[in-house]
Amino acid sequence: MENRAYNYAIVRSFVTWSVIWGLVAVLVGVIVSLQMVEPDLNFPPYLTFGRLRPIHTNAGIYGWGVGVIFATFLYIVQRLCKTPLWSDKLAKFQLWFFNATIIASAVTLLLGYTTSKEYHEMEWPIDVMIVILWVAFAINIVMTILKRKDEQMYISLWYMLAAIIGVAILFTVNAAAVPASLFKSYSAYAGTNDANVEWWFGHNAVAMALTAPPLAMFYYFLPKTTGVPIYSHRLSITAFWSLIFMYLWTGAHHLLWTPVPDWIQTLAMGFSVMLIAPSWGSVFNGYLSMNGQWHQMRENYLVKYLILGITFYGLQTLQGPMQAIRTFSAFIHYTDWVPAHIHMGTMGWVSMISFASIYFLIPRIYGREVYSIPLANLQFWLILVGQLIWSISLWIAGVLQAGMWNAMNPDGSLTYTFMETMVEMYPYWWARVFGGLIYMAGLVVFIYNLYMTVSKGKPLATQTASVEGRA
Amino acid sequence: MWEKKPVLLIVLATGVILIGTIITMVLPFAWVNTEADRIEGVKPYSALQQEGRDIYIREGCNNCHTQTVRPLVSDVLRYGDYSKSGEFVYDRPFLWGSKRTGPDLARLGGKYPDAWHYQHMESPRAMVPKSNMPDYGWLSANQLDPQVIQHKMETLGFPFTAEEINALKGKTEMDAMVAYMQKLGSDIPWRQNAKTEIVGDLTNPYAGVGHATMEPWEELYQQNCAACHGEHMEGVIGPELIGGDYDDEVLFEIIYTGIADGGMPSFSNLGTDKVWKLVNFVKYYHLGEGH
Repeated sequence: MENRAYNYAIVRSFVTWSVIWGLVAVLVGVIVSLQMVEPDLNFPPYLTFGRLRPIHTNAGIYGWGVGVIFATFLYIVQRLCKTPLWSDKLAKFQLWFFNATIIASAVTLLLGYTTSKEYHEMEWPIDVMIVILWVAFAINIVMTILKRKDEQMYISLWYMLAAIIGVAILFTVNAAAVPASLFKSYSAYAGTNDANVEWWFGHNAVAMALTAPPLAMFYYFLPKTTGVPIYSHRLSITAFWSLIFMYLWTGAHHLLWTPVPDWIQTLAMGFSVMLIAPSWGSVFNGYLSMNGQWHQMRENYLVKYLILGITFYGLQTLQGPMQAIRTFSAFIHYTDWVPAHIHMGTMGWVSMISFASIYFLIPRIYGREVYSIPLANLQFWLILVGQLIWSISLWIAGVLQAGMWNAMNPDGSLTYTFMETMVEMYPYWWARVFGGLIYMAGLVVFIYNLYMTVSKGKPLATQTASVEGRA
Repeated sequence: MWEKKPVLLIVLATGVILIGTIITMVLPFAWVNTEADRIEGVKPYSALQQEGRDIYIREGCNNCHTQTVRPLVSDVLRYGDYSKSGEFVYDRPFLWGSKRTGPDLARLGGKYPDAWHYQHMESPRAMVPKSNMPDYGWLSANQLDPQVIQHKMETLGFPFTAEEINALKGKTEMDAMVAYMQKLGSDIPWRQNAKTEIVGDLTNPYAGVGHATMEPWEELYQQNCAACHGEHMEGVIGPELIGGDYDDEVLFEIIYTGIADGGMPSFSNLGTDKVWKLVNFVKYYHLGEGH
């Protein structure tokens, strides 16, 4: 038993499936972006914007995001603990149950079975599946950590544990509902309470699924890639505890100016601004880890992905607090600015780190060299340019529409009707389609590169494996 | 110390996560949806309205429409009185949304007549040119199932009568949707309270302007009036406008304040200048040159 090899087969499978669901998420994203500009592309009842948009978001978060978390965590936990997974069988169950859950989610959402709560749309039977899935994952990670060979736990393992606990609490509390039938339930909370619970979940799902895990990956893969350790362990400790403390207060910044009690909104606003500190703690830790290594930005494509990724994290965590301030929120909320913000986080930060992590993993788990570094560079530029077109065009659109919504005549009446402001959005929505297509082209290059690596890549020189053995 | 003790780390992390959670998420239950924010007159949904709400959820309308008016000048002018906590006590789930691709719907109830909604759902672009809303005419083909709806009402604990459930027979999903649209935000008498009183004498600032001056005002008419009164004022949902002989001031008042019982919305948010332009356009433009 103790002589078992590290389980890389499970990592290979999770990489494959997360990439497949990532492609689905981006493809559906492009489709819904086209439906925004061309309403005749809605085909009721199943293929309408209202039903497809949750498939886009959930495939992105749960299929791609969580899929990559599974792939990388199952790898990292074995390396950092210097021991194989606690249970290979449980990991195998987790893989198949993961795919079953994602497929069941997509099918039920297409059929219109939805709770409507954002990023938590799936109805209660799927919620039960997600809980089982998460518990299976949690047991394997925690048990592997408990039997670790290295007493000291590296920072990545802390982020993992916090993410596992955080997601479990958030998801189950927000899922509470009374079923009326197999695929229809009513929230356990009503009105303003329901809103407050939902955004406590919604914002912290971003913290626990799309911030802590990518940070765990970043803290692991950056030093592994550059060959130099992280700048400051102490800074990472401070950032960790303050991050997981402050995040949970901020959910109501999604509900500024709504009937949610003012004091909750004010706390959310204050803590959102304070969150800049721990977020930038990690950003600086990343940058300072590059001291004397900046030449690797030119030489090593993985460093480029990782540093651009953490840069977008830095931008995201400055823009987010700005939007969480009442006056700014009053202007910008409900416009296209907000999806532009989210997509900088998902396409820029989370996905950049995910692509880098997978590129790092592929030679280790397949024993082959990456097929083409020029293609990896091409992909880098496609996803970067695609994302920038996407976000920048919609930031402009958001400011434009917000300005028009607020424009007043000298007699105190509104200058524009709603439709006059909406039609101004079309050129920007077309730009988004264009940005999305470029991003998708980058993803296709990625998949091609992975496929060629796995099928035709040169076998790895054995030396890497022994270097790898250091931890 | 916790760096070497995973169980301790889990316990500490859970504790840290729970502090903000308890204060900003659990604690508010002590005040929200209690007597503190109760509003007289807010009623649970009827069986038909609740079914409409469930269809609204099923079709993901909340992805493009919000249902909360903020206490901001431009929000209140555009949509109506700002939303109050007590108005949502029967909303499971809440449907405030996060994006206004289309307009906010929190105060939609009573704004338009039913016929407007049926036509708009059937073909949004026929009513609002350049809208990007999908067609929902197909909802008319789906019959409601009274048994299922009764069970939902029981699950929610909302009051209903046997007649009410019986009356659902033969009704379609479209009927339910329109019933829901008309209930939105109308539990409090905000429309009466917000009704504009016109004081003092009204004088038509554009009295006697030429045909050419009015020409650019046609766009105002097409944007705000044509959906109900027809592209050429021939009347569709609303009456024909040619041949009406209201005085200028009366016509101004009708457009500015609307006709609450007649399904005519108020256009006060256009401002007096645009309403006067509409008065002149509606009354005189079709008469041609040199009237």
